[in-house]
Amino acid sequence: MSIKIENLTYIYNPKSPFETKALDDVSLEIKDGEFIGLIGHTGSGKSTLTQHLNGLIKPTSGKIVVNNFTITDASVKLVEVRKKVGLVFQYPEHQLFEETVYKDIAFGPINLGLQEAEVQARIKEAMDLVKLPYETLKDRSPFELSGGQRRRVAIAGVLAMKPEVLVLDEPTAGLDPRARDEILEQIKYLHEKYKNTIILVSHSMEDIAKLVDRIIVMHRGKVALTGEPGEIFKQSDVLESIGLGIPQITHLINKLKDLGIHLREDIFTVEEAKEEILKWIRGKGNA
Amino acid sequence: MLKDITIGQHYPTGSVIHKLDPRTKILITFALIVGLFIINRFVGYIFVIAFIAAAITISKIPFKYMIKGLKPLYVLIMITFLINVFMTSGEILLSIGPVNVTREGVYQAVFMAMRLILLVIGTSLLTLTTSPIMLTDGIEHLLNPFKKIGLPAHELAMMMTIALRFIPTLLEETDKIMKAQIARGADFESGNIINRAKSLVPLLVPLFISAFRRADELAMAMEARCYRGGEHRTRMKALKMEKRDFISSGITMVFIGILFYTRAM
Amino acid sequence: MKPMIEVEQVVFLYKNNEEEITALNNVNIQVKKGEFVVIIGHNGSGKSTLAKHINALLLPTEGRVKVKGMDTKDEEHIWSIRQTAGMVFQNPDNQIVATIVEEDVAFGPENLGVEPKEIRNRVGEALRIVDMVEYSEKAPHLLSGGQKQRIAIAGVIAMRPDCIIFDEPTAMLDPSGRREVINTIKKLNREEKITIVHITHFMEEAVEADRVIVMEDGKIVLEGTPREVFSQVEQLKGLGLDVPQVTDLAHELLKDGVELPKDILTVDEMVMELCRLK
Repeated sequence: MSIKIENLTYIYNPKSPFETKALDDVSLEIKDGEFIGLIGHTGSGKSTLTQHLNGLIKPTSGKIVVNNFTITDASVKLVEVRKKVGLVFQYPEHQLFEETVYKDIAFGPINLGLQEAEVQARIKEAMDLVKLPYETLKDRSPFELSGGQRRRVAIAGVLAMKPEVLVLDEPTAGLDPRARDEILEQIKYLHEKYKNTIILVSHSMEDIAKLVDRIIVMHRGKVALTGEPGEIFKQSDVLESIGLGIPQITHLINKLKDLGIHLREDIFTVEEAKEEILKWIRGKGNA
Repeated sequence: MLKDITIGQHYPTGSVIHKLDPRTKILITFALIVGLFIINRFVGYIFVIAFIAAAITISKIPFKYMIKGLKPLYVLIMITFLINVFMTSGEILLSIGPVNVTREGVYQAVFMAMRLILLVIGTSLLTLTTSPIMLTDGIEHLLNPFKKIGLPAHELAMMMTIALRFIPTLLEETDKIMKAQIARGADFESGNIINRAKSLVPLLVPLFISAFRRADELAMAMEARCYRGGEHRTRMKALKMEKRDFISSGITMVFIGILFYTRAM
Repeated sequence: MKPMIEVEQVVFLYKNNEEEITALNNVNIQVKKGEFVVIIGHNGSGKSTLAKHINALLLPTEGRVKVKGMDTKDEEHIWSIRQTAGMVFQNPDNQIVATIVEEDVAFGPENLGVEPKEIRNRVGEALRIVDMVEYSEKAPHLLSGGQKQRIAIAGVIAMRPDCIIFDEPTAMLDPSGRREVINTIKKLNREEKITIVHITHFMEEAVEADRVIVMEDGKIVLEGTPREVFSQVEQLKGLGLDVPQVTDLAHELLKDGVELPKDILTVDEMVMELCRLK
């Protein structure tokens, strides 16, 4: 499912003293099956952008086309949009409300008007995807589960709607490292299995860099940078000027460069750095 | 819509009225309400209007802003007006089918509508010129004498402060949960009343859970900061009656006296 | 010198659906005056339960906790313990009481019965320390997460504590908010000489501590200087905790026979060591 965003502008509280341009003439193209990392700090416009994709906010001007279907048209039924684009909000476990895990995950599919058998099949599948054991947990109250499990129930609630585009707004916020790695692992698995389009919003460069095909950096309502992770991290001075952290490895490569040690600049993981440094040490030994 | 409501909002301008002790302002407002109910002829309103107009001028709050505050109450005022027009018996001016418009009815309707409008403007002047904290402080002090008969004055004031503090937080939260449920296909807008009430469950349950969690955490944070009720507590901004408080109270007393006089005229 | 905090063989049990859970299992910690201690561990490791013991919000089932020599079980000391060991919590929204910043900062001293004039002084000073003076008359709900946490910190400082316990104050913040809060905490330790116990699951926040304590299943599993603790890369990873990328890199290179010290913590140290290889 491809997404095309054309000249999207959104203004909060127009014609008032509180007028703020949250999105300023944003144009983007996301290919079918692409895994996108959306980065920017609070107030950069990334949350406003994701809410547009789901039709929760109507643009002040500009349009969004999802697979030749202009979702920003006034005549479009929002139910249709929500079948295509699923949105997982920040701290999604705060929206759980049903008595059982099963009923809560069923909320979305039932709203889509699906039959009971189909709903059940989807719940099973969604729980599998987020590694929640169906039989043991389906009748438990979501409020008895651990924080990480509750979050996975909430994510399953959106997955069960089988959206063709999945947008996740900081799915790991507030989780400890173990729970964070589990969720990221599941998102990666989901993408490999279904090859659907995923947009992952995050503050953390390290998390995003390991997973995505392409990074979009937002700053003050505009797209500041876009490209493959390697290309993005090469521009560490731009990233730092807009207040985004860079992985320690990138930092290390930059410092070494200043001292005349040139390693590949498009790396950001420990494994890659290890290889590069080993290569450099061996090269030096031979010289 | 929620933004239109000016009742309960604070509009700081630093005027003399803003600086008055909240207790003075609460008592004056109370006197004004009593005054509005003892008026029995239009002449009285002239004095009330003059009094309120003077207060608004001194408070430096734009007159337009005050009028805007009446907007959400427009329907209520209309209903009061119409009920009085049609429900009062007397000399018939006009007959529309089974209902009659009477001279007494029109008189009564205008009279009641004015009372309501002045009541709203008068009380909103209190909240517009007094910060919520000062207001609760004032209420706490005024209720202090009733502690002897078991009224929890401090606790009531603390509850009000916390409620005021959490209104914006919970409004924001409501908006967030609503959006999240809409994203899962929830429909809050269509259907009949029963369906609509049902559709609120996915909104209200998370909201209540969150409110209870917040209450729990706040209680713990307050305890950690040595909160143990009103005993031994001091205040950074101690209330103090000053000359201006006595002067304005005096003016109000004269004003109430005049209203009593118009009644007897 | 007497330690600021003494946790002696503390066991804490609680009931959850008839099931007895051991949240703390024989924990011993001593914190010296002026020390900066970081406690790490993931959710459910008992670190927050421990924090609440230091402030007498929870009392141990077995063993004892002393703050400046005062036993938390002693009811007459409870308020002076809470004044001595202040506490900052995770959710910035759920610890601010008042609708105006300065009134919130005044809340603690007001509860202690401090004179109004003195409260005014303390509020001004506390807001200066957290660098929020220009926001003193703002409404807290309009501030960013990092700013709200700084207000919460000011509220604690105004009580003039000797020690502050931070219970995951950065967990809900974005990177810039996290930086604001961490810098404030470091400043409190360095300039105001306040003893700090900082609980977190972000490893990078532990690098500059005097001492790091790692908890798991209600027990202390590792303890030492950041260097000593982080050099245990395998064990930390086994516990599901992060290690700074450069420490991890040094560990990996070491395995391949590159001669590096195993306790590298910062990028600069790594750069220096690599240059030394020349």
